[in-house]
Amino acid sequence: MISLAGRDILHSWSKFVLTGIGLGLLIGVTLTMAGVYRGMVDDAKALLNNSGADLWVVQQDTQGPYAESSSIKDDVYRSLLSLSGVARAANVTYLTMQVRLGNTDVRAMVVGFEPGQPGEPGYLVAGHHITRNHYEAVADVKTGFQLGDTIRIRRHDYRVVGLTKRMVSSGGDPMVFIPLKDAQEAQFLKDNDAILNERARTAANPTLNRPGVPGLLEAIQASQNANRNVNAVLVQVSPGSQPDTVANEVRRWKHLQAFTRVQMEEILVAKLIATSAKQIAMFLVILAVVSAAIVAFIIYTMTLGKIREIAVLKLIGTRNRTIAGMILQQALGLGLIGFLVGKVSATVWAPFFPKYVLLEPGDAVRGFVVVMVICALASTLAIRAALRVDPATAIGG
Amino acid sequence: MDGFGIRIEGLSKRYGEGDTAVDALKDVNMIVAPGEVVGLIGPSGSGKSTLLKCLGAVIEPTTGKMTLGDEVIYDNGWKIPDLRALRRDRIGFVFQAPYLIPFLDVIDNVALLPMLAGRPNGESRKRALELLEALDVGHRAKAQPSQLSGGEQQRVAIARALANQPPVILADEPTAPLDSERALSVVRILNQMAQQFNTAIIVVTHDEKIIPTFKRIYHIRDGKTFEEKGLALN
Repeated sequence: MISLAGRDILHSWSKFVLTGIGLGLLIGVTLTMAGVYRGMVDDAKALLNNSGADLWVVQQDTQGPYAESSSIKDDVYRSLLSLSGVARAANVTYLTMQVRLGNTDVRAMVVGFEPGQPGEPGYLVAGHHITRNHYEAVADVKTGFQLGDTIRIRRHDYRVVGLTKRMVSSGGDPMVFIPLKDAQEAQFLKDNDAILNERARTAANPTLNRPGVPGLLEAIQASQNANRNVNAVLVQVSPGSQPDTVANEVRRWKHLQAFTRVQMEEILVAKLIATSAKQIAMFLVILAVVSAAIVAFIIYTMTLGKIREIAVLKLIGTRNRTIAGMILQQALGLGLIGFLVGKVSATVWAPFFPKYVLLEPGDAVRGFVVVMVICALASTLAIRAALRVDPATAIGG
Repeated sequence: MDGFGIRIEGLSKRYGEGDTAVDALKDVNMIVAPGEVVGLIGPSGSGKSTLLKCLGAVIEPTTGKMTLGDEVIYDNGWKIPDLRALRRDRIGFVFQAPYLIPFLDVIDNVALLPMLAGRPNGESRKRALELLEALDVGHRAKAQPSQLSGGEQQRVAIARALANQPPVILADEPTAPLDSERALSVVRILNQMAQQFNTAIIVVTHDEKIIPTFKRIYHIRDGKTFEEKGLALN
């Protein structure tokens, strides 16, 4: 038996292919939306992987440093090093801001770190690590910065000495790594006008500027200008130690919050990007419904255009299942073309998205199954219409 | 007359019930022998289409008996179980317009019926080509229906009707869209095919040009048939 669906598709292939391309672009958008979600999850995991930490120690009662702001003193790491099971501990700061390059600026997460400690960029794709205590930076390639570029962060200029890759925040912003002291200044140090104003306010306050207490005002002003805070301490536990056990010790004795890798992943994936994930899920549902409606409309219209032929086919004894099979095969064919176009489109345009789009093979397989199911369901309307065609309409009036 | 291709006795068809009931056919009788071509003519609303649909096993008569060859199709409310297979295997249809399947080439339009009946593709196409050659359109076997002239399309439609070697062919206004020459040519072909394949052919027509070509004509008026001997000499 010849394939009626295949012959019909070959007969009007241009209409079929153009329709498939239109549907494919819609499927491409759907796959890309799934890729955006996967990218967000992957960004979050990359952030955790790149930090090289087993524990994140942050301000008590916060879920910092990524989901909430956290501020702790920069000498806390010393007391953490004294705990059993802690191998390494290092201060880090995170600040998402606009980093200027000439007349343009790039949104980036500025990371302050201590060279050779947890939190430093893992590997470089060009240049070298920071070797000076100040005014050198390593940037992710997604910032668009080049080696030798001079970028401005707050009041200081930094020279880009190294480039790294896939170092992004949980929001997908590329990272710029600078020395910890510089990052502390960038985050906590006020501008000159604010410092002068603060000094004047302190001097005018009789409780802070008491007559007969020499040195008190100067000491208070000095402490106000000092920036001894960091956002978190990254901890690596010693071999054989359990991160959970060490985290409990930190919480119990240091009055700080400590998150393990699993807990931090839960915060980033289940809490920080949860709303975005729901937003994307809504888009996916809407796109699936729109795709189904389009396939149903196209197949239904194509079937209505063949009502006379279907009546003749039924009159000459074609089984209902042969006619239903023809329509179903056409719907599935349309879905196949649409999926192939969609997959290719998503693969082509994904790298041009500003944020990371991760197209996973598993999602493609699931997407293919969903497209086929949607096309099969969408064809039922047309099949119903075809099966209701009276073969008598082919004869006379 | 040796036996019969199709015979109907006391056939009636009623649409609706009660006060709104309409008797489209009333006690219709008709016999068409194998190899015979008869005309069926009548004004609009006379019951032609209803009779054709009953003969074509598309609608069921209310009462009466219809026999195709040796097989009883309807008998006062009883019917054979598979009318679809009956239409496929034992009745050929030729329509006012050829109604060829536009996405199949000429040979597959004809071969489709044997294929639907379960015959192998090769055998079906061989049979289709033989019929197309018999109808002088064998050279267009690989053409698309849209590439054929009206006359060629109608000949392909006749070949399709003959594809499963049915004992009866129902032709519904087969010459309506054709000019005189082509219309007479189609009737000539139908006569030729009826003889060659021993098929009973009923031609429903309004076409004044071809009416004189029938040996026998059934007139239908107000749901009743009246037989008239035709003027044809052949």
